Amino acid sequence: MKDQFVVPARLKTTSFVLLGIGLLTLLIGIFALNGEHGPTRFWAGLLQNSTFFLMVALASTFFICVTTLAHGGWQMAFRRVPEAISMAVPVLSVIVLVVLGFLIFGNKGHIYHWLHPHGDKVLEFKSPFLNAGFVSTMTVITLALWSLLTVKLRRMSLAEDKMLLDQDSRKALIWKGTVWCGLFAVVYALSMGSTTPWIWLMSIDAHWFSTMYSWYTFASTWVSGLSLIALFVVYLKSKGYLEMVNEEHLHDLGKFMFAFSVFWTYLWFSQYMLIWYANMPEETIYFKPRVWGEFRPVFFLNLIINFICPLLILMKRNSKRNYTLVAFMGGLIIFGHWLDFFQMVMPATVKHLYFPWYELGLGLGFVGLIIYLTAQQLAKAPLTAKNHPYLKESIVHHT
Amino acid sequence: MAVKKFVVGSFDDEAVLFPAVKKVRQAGYKIHDVYTPFPIHGLDHAMGLRETSLHTAGFIYALCGTTTALSFMSWVFTTDWPMNIGGKPHFPLPAFIPITFELTVLFSAVGMVMTFMYLCQMAPFVKKHIFHPRQTDDLFVMAIELSDKTGAEEVKGFLNSVGAKEINEQTAEAGWWLGRFDREDKVFAK
Repeated sequence: MKDQFVVPARLKTTSFVLLGIGLLTLLIGIFALNGEHGPTRFWAGLLQNSTFFLMVALASTFFICVTTLAHGGWQMAFRRVPEAISMAVPVLSVIVLVVLGFLIFGNKGHIYHWLHPHGDKVLEFKSPFLNAGFVSTMTVITLALWSLLTVKLRRMSLAEDKMLLDQDSRKALIWKGTVWCGLFAVVYALSMGSTTPWIWLMSIDAHWFSTMYSWYTFASTWVSGLSLIALFVVYLKSKGYLEMVNEEHLHDLGKFMFAFSVFWTYLWFSQYMLIWYANMPEETIYFKPRVWGEFRPVFFLNLIINFICPLLILMKRNSKRNYTLVAFMGGLIIFGHWLDFFQMVMPATVKHLYFPWYELGLGLGFVGLIIYLTAQQLAKAPLTAKNHPYLKESIVHHT
Repeated sequence: MAVKKFVVGSFDDEAVLFPAVKKVRQAGYKIHDVYTPFPIHGLDHAMGLRETSLHTAGFIYALCGTTTALSFMSWVFTTDWPMNIGGKPHFPLPAFIPITFELTVLFSAVGMVMTFMYLCQMAPFVKKHIFHPRQTDDLFVMAIELSDKTGAEEVKGFLNSVGAKEINEQTAEAGWWLGRFDREDKVFAK
């Protein structure tokens, strides 16, 4: 059985080329993005891409967390894949930390208006929460906890491979996993489910607020993270690895992608309809540039890619069991939610819709980074968690 | 309303049932149905049943629901009885979405239940023949339909060879009928 992943030369080259495109775009951006909206666009693009890809990688940690807490054994055959993706979290955290440091302490690109609340009644009222000290402390704590818990979960899984196979140590293993994943669930709920999207992204529109925003961001990154896991599973499968993974596992991943695309739409609609119905100026200001302004095409493209396409294409049983189609939909969903982040960040910062060469280039760079890090991690350990008690359940899995 | 002859074999083990189903199909006998106390994964494949099209029916019902909701509401609010509600347009799509969603779900749910009932030949007051009283308890019951060319004794011998614990011959209504269970005894009493 091919259980030890060896990074193919082509994958390595691809990741380096993508990484090179990203760095080149960044370099061009430094020189090309001057003028009125230039620096703003430079930093807004960095903010959009770094936060999006960090949250997508973090979705893998959350995947490990929920399946452990729910005692979901079906995913054990490809468990090392989300683990490997999640190890990108510490690296991406550093990037986010650097970008936010420049944005908050350097006030680069004038993205966060709440840094200067003087004379603005609304911002002065919000300043106990939205100030440089509190926001940066929260950011550091959040990023540190995410990274530490991710690394801890990965270490625990690798330690399993050297374990003894008696009843008691297996019980202890499950219990230990439950405790650490329970801890991560609390951290994730308090950060990703509430404060983090507020302080990083919602505070761009400092006057505006929405109680759905964090959940909306979570749904967006969670469905992208599931798509990323599916993409790596299909890739490994196409190279002849993961022999125990079959259509049954792919079907369940496809169900997740379908279900959470619909969940995202539900949250999208809940946020949109309440604001549309109440029709209060301080709330509708958010949708003004998006629905009726320059970003109108992006707004509707977002809905088509992230709702209509998954709904109609992934609805059929056969399409969820088709490797090619799941891989295609995975790529499409990740692009769709990247576009979603684009329309969350850009209308309030850059204010005009340009062809997103800079943002796309940076995105490709981040994709390259994630591919490189994940491939490295996959090669570090066997692809099957062979001592885990739930492995058998996963092998005989039947939907 | 077709009265048919069946040879019924009961199995007490899932591990015996699967190879038995395979062998019976290979031998060319027609399996009327297999009754089990709980759903068994993979039995439908072993029996060679085709993929259900219930979900396609559900999709069509859902489309009917969407169309009904949207067309009715838009007709009422644009043509039949336009009203000014909070200054909203006469065709306020976001406000219609929840109702459209509900009707979509309602149509597909009710439609699929009805279709399922029809496909399984179940309805209020309608009866179906029960091959073995323990088929809902702890036995796996396989009913083989006899044709003019298959002899009952031959099938019984075959079922015995594949491991059936209890084998008997029954004459029963293959479909569904209205009435009481004792009707069956009167009809087929010799």
